Amino acid sequence: MIESYEELNDTHIDVLKEIGNIGAGNAATSLGVLLDEDVSISVPDVRIEELNDVVGSIGAPDEVCVAVLLNFMGEANGVILFLMTIEDAKVITNAMVYEDDDGMPGLSEMKLSGVKELGNILASSYIGSVASLTGMKISLSPPHIAIDMMGAILAVPVTEYGAADSRIMFACESFATKERRLGSHVIMFTDVETLTDIMGRLGLDV
Amino acid sequence: MCEQRVVGISDRSVSAAPDEIVTFALGSCVGVALYDEAARIGGLAHIMLPDSSLRVSHGSRKPALSAADRMKFADTGVEDMVAEMSSRGASVGRMKAKIAGGANMFGISDSSALGSIGGRNVHSVRAALGRLGIPIVAEDVGSDFGRTMFLDLATGKVRVKSFVREVNEI
Repeated sequence: MIESYEELNDTHIDVLKEIGNIGAGNAATSLGVLLDEDVSISVPDVRIEELNDVVGSIGAPDEVCVAVLLNFMGEANGVILFLMTIEDAKVITNAMVYEDDDGMPGLSEMKLSGVKELGNILASSYIGSVASLTGMKISLSPPHIAIDMMGAILAVPVTEYGAADSRIMFACESFATKERRLGSHVIMFTDVETLTDIMGRLGLDV
Repeated sequence: MCEQRVVGISDRSVSAAPDEIVTFALGSCVGVALYDEAARIGGLAHIMLPDSSLRVSHGSRKPALSAADRMKFADTGVEDMVAEMSSRGASVGRMKAKIAGGANMFGISDSSALGSIGGRNVHSVRAALGRLGIPIVAEDVGSDFGRTMFLDLATGKVRVKSFVREVNEI
């Protein structure tokens, strides 16, 4: 029985990387369809970090980003978080909503709702693939959006999963198109019980 | 020489004039600035969770809270910072508090655990300061945006910076 994130061994981490890879891979495919462009993902990364190092491992705490957060629940519980730069969010949503917003500092209402829907599509692809891989029944909350400092955004999942441990586990991938690396990340946080269940369902000793 | 000290999540820093202490991007977390004007000693804490009783124990193991764990919580974190300031020559009776943060970043319903954590953090910080008899002279809390907090130890002034708003001096 795994009781804390620290007890995950290398095999567990490899399995989680594969899950992140499949989940984010499916999300990237959905994004590619939307953009009509090939979207690839970075090498999957599963990290177990001190609470204080989570933000630094992804970006600067006061860097402003667009974030879409969804909770997943049922037989697996956790959070899916999409982080993107305001510029990326504009480019991506251009494929959904055309507006001339080059001079605008933020995102228009239409684009905000486009980003939310995008989060919904990507999270459904991600979680859908985890559900079919593990046979778990998992449902998703509606998407929540915020544009703010990365530190304040990441504190939301860190607070939820950091109460029990001094460290926290997350799977993180970034997207890239042929032309450029998007400054976007898909990050999955989940609790220790869910991790134990996933390992058990995949036939691993826990 | 004036130095800027940075406080991370569930962390604190105590120093004296003319230093400045900063903590970045408070979301649902609460920044607690304490200042003893006579001694010109102050401290800034970045509190993540309302109460140390929230710490979940793993199975049969129930380890005592480490010093780092104590800084996660409003009750223990405020106590420890007050103790460190006192040991450096500040007096509890002269300390004044300014607090910022405690937002609900995604505007998630208050009835959920995720949505209500900011409000509960603020409530617990107020209670912890109340128990020690330290008055809160200013606050910038709630709403749905992140805040970066600077404490100037030469004056005790606190600046609150956010993405959506002008700098607010409290």
